[in-house]
Amino acid sequence: MTARTTHDPVDVLIIGAGAAGAAVAWSLADTRMRILCLEQGDWCNPAQYPSTGRDWEARQLGDYSFNPNRRRAPGDYPVNERDSPIKVANFNGVGGGTVLYAGHFPRFHPSDFRVRTLDGVADDWPIDYATLDPYYAENDRMMGISGLAGDPAYPSCGAVMPPVPLGKAGDAFARGLNTLGWHWWPSDSAVATQDYDGRARCINLGHCVAGCAQGAKASTDITYWPHAIRAGVKLRTRARVREITTNDAGMASGVIYHDAEGREHFQAAEVVIVACNGVGTPRLLLNSRSARFPDGLANSSGLVGRNLMFHPYAAIHGYFDEELDGYRGPGNCIRSQEFYETDRARGFVRGYTFEFTRGRGPVLTAISGMSAGRIPWGADHHRAYRQLFNRIAGMVAICEDLPEEHNTVTLDPELTDPDGIPAPKITYRLSDNSRRMLEHAVARGSEILRAAGACDVSHEAPLALGGWHLMGTARMGTDPSRSVVNPWGRSHDVKNLFIVDGSVFVTSAGVNPTSTIQAIALYVADNIKKRLANLFD
Amino acid sequence: MATIPLHPASPPDGATAPLAVPPLAVPPLAVPPLAVPPLADAQCHALRRLAGLMIPASDTYGVPGADDPVIFADLLASIGAQADAVAQALERLDALAGGPFAALDADAQTAGAERFRTTRGSGAALLVTLVAQCYYRDDRVMRSLGMEARPPFPKGFDVTPGDWSQLAPVRARGRLWRDAP
Repeated sequence: MTARTTHDPVDVLIIGAGAAGAAVAWSLADTRMRILCLEQGDWCNPAQYPSTGRDWEARQLGDYSFNPNRRRAPGDYPVNERDSPIKVANFNGVGGGTVLYAGHFPRFHPSDFRVRTLDGVADDWPIDYATLDPYYAENDRMMGISGLAGDPAYPSCGAVMPPVPLGKAGDAFARGLNTLGWHWWPSDSAVATQDYDGRARCINLGHCVAGCAQGAKASTDITYWPHAIRAGVKLRTRARVREITTNDAGMASGVIYHDAEGREHFQAAEVVIVACNGVGTPRLLLNSRSARFPDGLANSSGLVGRNLMFHPYAAIHGYFDEELDGYRGPGNCIRSQEFYETDRARGFVRGYTFEFTRGRGPVLTAISGMSAGRIPWGADHHRAYRQLFNRIAGMVAICEDLPEEHNTVTLDPELTDPDGIPAPKITYRLSDNSRRMLEHAVARGSEILRAAGACDVSHEAPLALGGWHLMGTARMGTDPSRSVVNPWGRSHDVKNLFIVDGSVFVTSAGVNPTSTIQAIALYVADNIKKRLANLFD
Repeated sequence: MATIPLHPASPPDGATAPLAVPPLAVPPLAVPPLAVPPLADAQCHALRRLAGLMIPASDTYGVPGADDPVIFADLLASIGAQADAVAQALERLDALAGGPFAALDADAQTAGAERFRTTRGSGAALLVTLVAQCYYRDDRVMRSLGMEARPPFPKGFDVTPGDWSQLAPVRARGRLWRDAP
């Protein structure tokens, strides 16, 4: 057995270089503290993204799949998700999930922070929309967000760049929604529609979710990280943290991690910030057991790993006679929040967002069509295929998932990653409220598509491979017996341990979480900076 | 393990002859030669025949079938780490077809393939994915669909701006969001 390598201490150690880790690193850089980020994955090379090759669609199903159990890259860890109807999507590397996300960038609504007060369910957040508003704006500027001001579904907020094009699909959706008199608005997108901060504008590659070779999509490897590194932050890749260590005073003392060759290292730190997402963070905390913390670190409440929230997705597809955008253009287009705010007459509480998507490439058209029986095998294949190619468009409904303690991330007793670290196990049940919301979304989505001109409609709900959003497993709150971190992200139990990812969400809202994850990361960083003199009191 | 030629002079028994297609203006997708084929000889024949039954050549649309030599070579080269799963799927095909698929006559192959398709198991889904992902990136097929035979990057695509005047009725609505105390 080789000796463990010990590194010089740092002031701040960030675990995870994704959406939140990058934002908190950049914000803290102006303190001139010694800041180090450990990332289990690697840097991505955009020149190798799938859209640069002829096998661009196939690789989305393989080495650029958003499911880690399928992708199996060296930086990945397996996830036991057999006990969940929704499978985990993530990416492990510099940029984290932003490398493979679509770039939808809506904010939460003010009501999302007050669900108990307004709707009598779950819990209110200990912070509110107004608190996060300036951090949303700063994050929009750093990420370079396109959109359009004036959406009646939101309090007033601006946009950094003009929206992505409507295209033929957006025109059709808008016609349908206007026929029904329902809300729609251009999507807030982390897609540069103009050259911005060293990034080239979008050229409609149509393949945002497998990495943007153009650099138009805002993944944090090309937004926050270059600025943070220029400001002095160190980033060490292929460093997989096994556990957070603690000292006799019950404070975090650093981490033990494995390098690419599996060798062990110890990195001491004065402050540890965890940014490993709603599955990776509870996994790490539960793996950091000790005599003093026998149930895992920061887990005196017993809530680490509980209250896992996905967003149950419904996908609704329309089949059109007219040719639409197909494989061209960013997936993002428009959204509708007609059914976002609670109306109990609908049979469920809370609500959802429709996000409209343009179309599919030639391979995915074939696979989905043949799998669904819409494209036959044999002589009639080509005619049927051409009836669908570039003529499918639709939407997903992102349904708010309410926290339930029986939905958990625990440690699998057998499954481990390549370094022998216990892997996460997901146990998740879809609630009755979510089922009713999905049914409503499918019915209303079908109406929209038919009003838009679709001659046929199909759906999948819940979307099995739709676990993009991982939230709630280390929730924030004022009561240490009912939450894991305080209202500014510091662990109740370990006063130099912070969490900044989707784990801290109290509820999930009905929109994509990245904008809020990063706003919270900036807000926590700001609190750390303001409280440096008495940070551990 | 026996091998089959990646570019056979004549198709295996029962296979559809490749469609004559005009010469390409640019070379097709480069398919690296395989040092070791991922499947046994009979399995290769079965897979090729099945691919041709899934997507046959068409004079009407001027496209080759998925059993075309270039496309099938791409398919074999793409199996990679899925070789065991593909072999299992082909064993399932044999079982449903009532015997070694490659050795059956054309009618029995068609009937066996139909049983395989309608079982909708993971094996059929895997083979559909493999065949589709190689077929629909072939230059000739892409051109027949009106696409340029190229990857999306670096040229990108054009998308119409759309009719933003459609937002007028939405702008005219009152606010939808709720105040939060």
